[in-house]
Amino acid sequence: MLLKNTWNELVKILAKPRSYIGFGALTLLIGIILLAMKADGKSFISFVTASFEQTLSFNGEILNGNLMAFVILQMLIIHVPLLVALVTGDLVSGEAAMGTLRMMATKPISRSAILGSKLLAGAIYTFLLTLWMAFMAYGVGQWMFGVGDLIVLNSDGLVVLPADDIMWRYFYGFGLAFLSLLAVATMSICFSVFSDNSIGPIVSTMAVIILFTIIGSLDVASFVSIQPFLLTTHMASWRSLFEMPVPVDDILSSIYILLFHIIAFAGIAFWRFNKKDINT
Amino acid sequence: MSSNVVSVKNLKKSFKGFEAVKDVSFTVQKNDVFGFLGPNGAGKSTSLRCMLSLIQADAGQIKLFDQDLQRNRSNVLSKIGSIIEKPDFYKYLSAFKNLELLARISGSSVSKSELYDILEFVGLQGREKHKFRTFSHGMKQRLGIAQALMHNPELIILDEPTTGLDPQGIVDIRNLILKLSKEQGKTVILSSHQLAEIELIANRMVIINKGKTIIEGSVNELLNSSNMVVKFQLDDTGRGEKLLAKDFGDIRKLNFSEDELTFEIEKMRIADVVECFVKNNLRIYSVEQKRKLEDYFIKMIEE
Repeated sequence: MLLKNTWNELVKILAKPRSYIGFGALTLLIGIILLAMKADGKSFISFVTASFEQTLSFNGEILNGNLMAFVILQMLIIHVPLLVALVTGDLVSGEAAMGTLRMMATKPISRSAILGSKLLAGAIYTFLLTLWMAFMAYGVGQWMFGVGDLIVLNSDGLVVLPADDIMWRYFYGFGLAFLSLLAVATMSICFSVFSDNSIGPIVSTMAVIILFTIIGSLDVASFVSIQPFLLTTHMASWRSLFEMPVPVDDILSSIYILLFHIIAFAGIAFWRFNKKDINT
Repeated sequence: MSSNVVSVKNLKKSFKGFEAVKDVSFTVQKNDVFGFLGPNGAGKSTSLRCMLSLIQADAGQIKLFDQDLQRNRSNVLSKIGSIIEKPDFYKYLSAFKNLELLARISGSSVSKSELYDILEFVGLQGREKHKFRTFSHGMKQRLGIAQALMHNPELIILDEPTTGLDPQGIVDIRNLILKLSKEQGKTVILSSHQLAEIELIANRMVIINKGKTIIEGSVNELLNSSNMVVKFQLDDTGRGEKLLAKDFGDIRKLNFSEDELTFEIEKMRIADVVECFVKNNLRIYSVEQKRKLEDYFIKMIEE
């Protein structure tokens, strides 16, 4: 029954126009960034590298597909959650508002199977959106700008990664991005269980992301102690994959914290949904 | 094993301190067309929602097909088809696709051809591929009935199925319910404000008010079918009232006014009343049979 209803959920997601907003927005945003960089990227890069030119000499094409994927992932990882929540935040509450949750709950399918199938479908949607982001940022970026070494500026200074040592980093990087977005998707589904309207869970999810981002960026003593446990802190953990050497322990710690968020939000959602009175 | 398809005992349900259902009990037997009556806010929908596990009762016992609802939820629900409140479907999907999704989780294997058949049965042939959002109210009700019947359930629960339908639609639904009961042996629970409908098709009923069961039983017995309520319009109702008092002192007066004389009397004696009025030169403008359930219902909920 779980798999049958997961298929149902995917059919519904595919039939809803809002499901394509995320794909459309990613195509548009990444397309604009890639075209803009194609047109004016060299002057932009020389502006960034100007301060290093007295001490370093750059040979080869700095502006390449690997750099583009890095720039795009960094720019979008905070904004893509909105696109995810737009669909996943509606999965339960949208049906409650429409009255279809009532129709579904009168059928011989358990509440856990209903919610489980929505979580699975939400995860598949999030995966496809991440895959599309990877295709647009990495695939199209490589096609437009070619392959080359990646120069990354991080807190320790400049890191130069050879072209043949990058692909696996993006593979895991987009994997971590998926895990982050899955945590956001689970959070929005959890909010969705508590609500009977579509907008509330989507707005709440974004409010939490914004609030956590603000807390994460302020160096106030009381905030510093909670920053390591915030979801948003670990949404940028993919960047660690582009350090030399790769801080495996930090990355594993981020994965555990993201998984903890996913399990906690899913647990709360199951607990609430199994007790929920369907009055709409 | 009893022949009870539904057995509800001392059902209670509160919402944030408000007792929507205080003490509702009733039983529905196999092959019944069971009228579920009550004024707005009586607790009908809440009781039906409890029976379908949409909401959890605070206390009481619900047995369906002699099985406890909570312990055998999936098995029990696979034998039930229902429309609660109003049929809501995915607006962005076609009628067929909507049925296909619900059929997949109905607990039975329903083939595509069976889905087309059920759509034809409810009169939606030719509209299978049309989006739900383009449907009229009557078509939505028909699709609701289609989803309730598609998996061949033993018990059908219909909450206000004729609300908003045109007269032809009401007749169609009535005939459909009778057909399901008489030809297919289904048990039907029918919650409705259309008392005339209940009177016409139900064999048993329960009336609930303010969250409590008022009365339950056979429609014929409760309404005393040997009696009828009739309304006479005469040229002189005052003289007519005196004649009734003199010759038919045992009738139950319901409404005696300048315009009409409405009373309950044995069916066999209506002709005697007419003869009495004619013999005494009263002009009879009309004799009209009134639905008894309406009066009975009002009397019950006022008590």
